[in-house]
Amino acid sequence: MEVAAFYGFSALAILAALFILFSKNLIYGAFALLLAFLGIAALFVLAGADFLGVAQIMIYVGGILVLLMFGIMLTQRAIQQEGPSRHNRVEVPITRKVWGFVIGIGIVGVLAKIIFSANFRMSGDAVSRKSTIKTIGVELMTSHLLPFEIAAILLLVALIGAAYLALNRNPAQ
Amino acid sequence: MSAISIYHYLIVAAILFSTGLAVAITKRHFVGILLGIELMLNAVNLNLVAFSRYDSDRLSGQLFALFVMVVAAAEVTVALAIVLRVYGHFKTVDPDKLDELKR
Repeated sequence: MEVAAFYGFSALAILAALFILFSKNLIYGAFALLLAFLGIAALFVLAGADFLGVAQIMIYVGGILVLLMFGIMLTQRAIQQEGPSRHNRVEVPITRKVWGFVIGIGIVGVLAKIIFSANFRMSGDAVSRKSTIKTIGVELMTSHLLPFEIAAILLLVALIGAAYLALNRNPAQ
Repeated sequence: MSAISIYHYLIVAAILFSTGLAVAITKRHFVGILLGIELMLNAVNLNLVAFSRYDSDRLSGQLFALFVMVVAAAEVTVALAIVLRVYGHFKTVDPDKLDELKR
């Protein structure tokens, strides 16, 4: 049962990722990325990270993906000369496609070779019965307190910087 | 739980990472490149979570994945703001057409 769920969700994530790679329309790509994020969230839960699965859905699906869709829609042309079926089209030149495939397949091969020759020796068993929320909270407030505060400052700085950058400073409009 | 070994997670994460890299290389749209980068960050998070299964009393991998998510959120907001400014100034979203520094 668990193995079937693992294979199903990983197939969902990989197929959605490949659909992003092959689709010409970026809106379809963004929706496929939604499927990939949901599949990866399910893989997190299967690996025993329940809090991270929920955080993945809330941050990536609820925040980042909506922002990306706003970005796609705000940067499409108001007047399309080539007809309405060409919205959000991404033209891919053939050399770039070839390089993308060569580098992608090469990276897969190198990573698979490294993974299968690594022979990991784990120090403990995979224990994932209990909830991880208590451990994450205690660790965040004790040994990872400084990175936690730095992340808070980083989020504040990114918020202010993005709002300042995206302001329309052109008085003509 | 031990039915799924760590190699399964690592292989899935490797495939997702290289697909994200190929997306970031082939797309000629700023937001398409961002989609690829988000996919790569998620694949790395999957690796961290898979290794964190064997470290259940400290969970360093899951904490690191949490910080990666925070940095990804900050990165995508700033990147989209920059993309909007570039689009307002140059009226294009193709990174190949922004070759002002090359001239």
